Formats: sequence, structure tokens, C-alpha cells
Amino acid sequence: MTIDLIHFTFWQSLAGGMLIGLAASMLILLNGRIAGISGIVGNLFNVRQGAWRWAFVIGLLLSPYLYRLIEAFPAAQFELRWPVYPIAGLLVGLGSRLGSGCTSGHGVCGLSRLSKRSLVATLVFMGTGFATVYVVRHMIGR
Amino acid sequence: MAFFTAALAGVILGIGLLLSGMANPGKVQGFLDLAGHWDPSLAMVMAGAIAVGVVGFAIAKRRTHSLLKLPMELPAATVVDRKLVIGSALFGIGWGLAGICPGPALVTLAMGIPQAIVFVAAMLVGMQLFHLIQKQLRETW
Repeated sequence: MTIDLIHFTFWQSLAGGMLIGLAASMLILLNGRIAGISGIVGNLFNVRQGAWRWAFVIGLLLSPYLYRLIEAFPAAQFELRWPVYPIAGLLVGLGSRLGSGCTSGHGVCGLSRLSKRSLVATLVFMGTGFATVYVVRHMIGR
Repeated sequence: MAFFTAALAGVILGIGLLLSGMANPGKVQGFLDLAGHWDPSLAMVMAGAIAVGVVGFAIAKRRTHSLLKLPMELPAATVVDRKLVIGSALFGIGWGLAGICPGPALVTLAMGIPQAIVFVAAMLVGMQLFHLIQKQLRETW
């Protein structure tokens, strides 16, 4: 391992993270709800009550355009072969619902409320995430 | 009011994802690539989010209702079961493969990135698949 200091955005990532924590705190303190994206999206079409879910998703979808009022869209590298995206999307959708959460629900909200389940979930998905990138980049090669 | 605050939380979360680098799949994979040229940025995202979140959730835990007088819906489950572990493992594989998790998927979809549109469509299919098998899982797991 070498550390990529050129791409390491210490302050920007810390500040962005704090905004994510602020959003999660706002949603729980004002709406009494967990800011877990997979749970919110997964229940959009399946739960009758809950206009707040649509409001949250609309806010999320508008966010790049509000961001752009101040700064241009940041870089977004989608450089993998096409079939990767539907396969990964399917796994992310099924896995996050089966595991009751993703990076936001378990990784941010769950760890913030010191949940044992979320700690296990976060360690598992980080573990398989690291392992997957290792296999794809260093064993199969690109 | 609850509609407005939920939308505002969504906007702030999205801007946080964009600013932090989470909405850049290449950067996410740079973080997940421990054996390569490792970019530690996303550890800072987690640190920042949890540092603020711990305060919010500590306050939330002591309340039965939110500031808008809505019930405080904190998860009640405490048992680590097969569903949690297997689901999280599958999620992590998908996250590693593309470097995209659900929040950034929606943000980059809104930016009109074709790969993100395909990813979100497949993600919704995956979520509906869970919805379909959920009943059987409840009986056997």
C-alpha cells in the first residue's frame, strides 16, 4: 500500500462528511426518521404513508443543481465497462434491503447511534468492498 | 413543514456527498483499494459525519417525539441475524464493483450520467426483488 496524497482531499471530505452528519441529525431531530437512503428509496413505492420520503429524494435529486449555483459539478469518474453498472446496481439494491441499510443508514446513522447491528453491517460491507476491489484490480486485473 | 425539512435534509446530504467526493465512483474505489495507491479521503467523510451525527442521535435517543412532534422512529432491532450479514456482504460487493452506493447513485443520476441511470434502474429492480422474496425469508430465516 502507498498513500495517494495527491488525491487525498482532507478538508473537503471532512466538511462534506459533516454536512452528511448534519443532514442525518436534522432528519432524526425534526422528522424522527433515519436518513438511510436504501430504506427511503426501497419504501417509496411500497409504503402508502410517507410523503417525507418523496420530499427527501426530491431534495437529494435537486442537490447537484444547488451545488452548481456556487461551483461546477465535481468530477465523477464512471470509467468501468458497461456491464459492471447493472450488476453492481442489482447487488446494491438487493443487498442493502436484505441487510436493512447501506453506507448512510448503517455507516452514518447506525454508527452515530452506537448500534451493534450497524457496526457489524458496516464492517461486513467495508470488508466485502475492500475484498471486491482487491479481486477486481489485483487478481483479475483491469 | 415535515415535507420541507425532509427535502432540506435531502439537499444538504446531497451537497455533502458532492463536496466530500462520495459522488465520484473513481474516488470511492480509490478508497476501497487498500493494496493499491490508497486515497484515505472517505475515512474523513465517515469521521466528519459521525462526529456530527453522534450529537444529533444522542439528543434524539432521549426524546419520544421529534421537534416537529412526530414520533421518534429509531430502529428497535438488536439481533445480528443472517439477513443482516448476507445482505451487507452483497451490498459491499456491489459497492466495490462500481464504487457507487444508493445516495451517490441518486445524485449522479440527477446529473444525467448515463451509467448512473443504468445503475439506479438495476438498484430499483434489486430492491423490488427483495420485496418479492421478503415474505418467504420471514418464514425460513
